[in-house]
Amino acid sequence: MKILVCLKRVPTTGARILLTADEQEIDTRNLGFAMSPHEECAVEAGVQLIEQHGGSLTVLTLGPEEAVEQLRYALAMGADDAILLAASGDVDPMATAGAITAAIRERGGGENPFDLLLFGNEAADSGGYQVGIRVAHALGLPCVTGVKRLDVTADGLEVRREAGTGWEVYRVPLPAVITIREGINLPRYPSVPGRLRAKKKPVETVEPHLVGGGPEKIRLVNPPEQDHAVQILGQGPAAVPRIVELLQELRLL
Amino acid sequence: MILGLIEHDRGTLNPQSLEMLTLARELAAAGDGPLHVLLVGGEAEGLAADLAPYGPAVVHLARHEALVDYAPAAWAQALVDLIAAEKPAAVLAPGSDRGSEVMAHAAARLNLPMAANCTAVTPGEAYRLTRVRWGGSLLEEAWLRGDPKLLTVAPFVLPDDPAPEPGAAVVRPFTPALSEADLLVRVVDRVQPAGDKVSLTEAKVVVSGGRGVGSAEGFDVLGELADLLGGAVGGSRVATNFGWCTHANQIGQTGTRIAPDLYIACGISGAIQHWVGCKGAKQILAVNTDPEAPMVTRATYAVIGDLHEILPALIAEIRRVRPGG
Ligand SMILES: Cc1cc2nc3c(=O)[nH]c(=O)nc-3n(C[C@H](O)[C@H](O)[C@H](O)COP(=O)(O)OP(=O)(O)OC[C@H]3O[C@@H](n4cnc5c(N)ncnc54)[C@H](O)[C@@H]3O)c2cc1C
Ligand SMILES: Nc1ncnc2c1ncn2[C@@H]1O[C@H](COP(=O)(O)O)[C@@H](O)[C@H]1O
Repeated sequence: MKILVCLKRVPTTGARILLTADEQEIDTRNLGFAMSPHEECAVEAGVQLIEQHGGSLTVLTLGPEEAVEQLRYALAMGADDAILLAASGDVDPMATAGAITAAIRERGGGENPFDLLLFGNEAADSGGYQVGIRVAHALGLPCVTGVKRLDVTADGLEVRREAGTGWEVYRVPLPAVITIREGINLPRYPSVPGRLRAKKKPVETVEPHLVGGGPEKIRLVNPPEQDHAVQILGQGPAAVPRIVELLQELRLL
Repeated sequence: MILGLIEHDRGTLNPQSLEMLTLARELAAAGDGPLHVLLVGGEAEGLAADLAPYGPAVVHLARHEALVDYAPAAWAQALVDLIAAEKPAAVLAPGSDRGSEVMAHAAARLNLPMAANCTAVTPGEAYRLTRVRWGGSLLEEAWLRGDPKLLTVAPFVLPDDPAPEPGAAVVRPFTPALSEADLLVRVVDRVQPAGDKVSLTEAKVVVSGGRGVGSAEGFDVLGELADLLGGAVGGSRVATNFGWCTHANQIGQTGTRIAPDLYIACGISGAIQHWVGCKGAKQILAVNTDPEAPMVTRATYAVIGDLHEILPALIAEIRRVRPGG
């Protein structure tokens, strides 16, 4: 099986998000970066599939040069090769989907060469909820979103997504686009040999042609926070009677 | 005309559709009216009357013999057909799983932009809107263009009140032109796990743990307390990643959002991605060794100290005071 995973580099923000003075970006000067969580699970799903069924796994990101760190991480998890679509700043979902579609076609000499294209259900930072679906449409492929369980069957895939307290089941033939949700698996930590091997795996850098469509960002804003004071019930086990009082007040006991 | 896509499951309304209608009515009243809605699937016909109090003048009903259960691309094609026929100024859907994906399919088919999870819109030639990023920890103001403008409405932000005046809700059935490809992806089965535990989203109390809990055994203690209070257990992403609790218990941006009466956060620092999952709680009790932890400063109540000492003492005290304990 030939698999592609599209992943995005996002900052790992702490308890408060600081913005740059022009309010266009998150101030990332003191922040680390990671793969967006749904996509880390998509990489894990892809690695498990090629471990079980053979094939190859390509990972792709559209982002700054530094996003090669997240590609290397995915290579260390077990992907075979990577594509970096070099672009800076926020790229809107239409432009992102267009560039990813073009890169996929480029790989296959005009046609989609992959059996399975995995995306995250939504990018952690911009949360557009659409890039995977747009790529599926452009390539004429079926698409199931929000998948938290994936099984290979004789004629394609059987996948599930959560609905209320239960699951919805879908069956799709390959090739297909599947968008993944965190929780489908527990992504592995790359091993030291994995990290060493990753250094030698090929990363192809491409200058994408970006055709935007919107929405067009005006500025970012921190949501208003109500200021309030916490009531400290006490220190250590000595506070237990106060907690019990509180539980009784709230009629939980 | 403003068009709202109503989400339902085999005829049962998803209430987030009503929050969506609140914003749709605003846009209709601001000059882009009247308000129409779309129901996809014959089994949704009964909902038309229930929607009248929310103001739609017309309820379009997409019926097709092949449309039996939910099929995202088919729903999108029904929406695209209706857009071609009725030329709405804007189309809105709830920012739920189904609403988001149907809108994205429609946007792809129409090659138009789509804005996900909007909380406010100022209408005009272009819409100036506010939308949610980072699962709610950050807002973005943006311009949305397109004919029509396509957007989804962030869940749990807007009220779900009825309209000041009910709508006529005249039902207008139509048959969308569906291809085989549109029906390829559809719900073919449902699985309902037999669970006797209180569900996380419905629990009145959630006892939640993070890195400070330290082990799966530590989570057993949280489970004991949750059982005593008739509540559910939650966890941070760190706890999930260590395998101390399952992802189904994870609270936050990439986990579950909850709004219990009381959230007891043990050994959780309160990172923003966690906070967006629990900030809906009516009261928060933080148990943490660090009085400066954001979870402590943002909580209603806090106890400063080691959860490994506090929780067992609390469990013992509850057993002691509780009648029949
Ligand atoms: C895109 C993205 C999405 C994310 N989604 C989620 C999500 O859905 N949910 C989520 O939870 N996180 C999420 N995260 C991770 C999040 O940023 C934090 O890393 C995580 O929430 C931290 O978990 P924690 O509070 O358990 O650990 P820490 O931040 O390490 O905090 C541990 C806390 O325990 C306290 N403590 C330690 N020992 C004790 C003790 N003995 N008694 C009492 N207190 C003690 C410490 O003082 C500290 O406050 C996401 C991150 C990203 C980048
Ligand atoms: N810049 C990017 N590079 C690679 N993949 C991306 C990028 N942006 C979005 N994606 C993929 O598309 C999914 C949905 O993104 P979005 O529609 O922006 O929420 C993400 O989870 C990723 O899998």
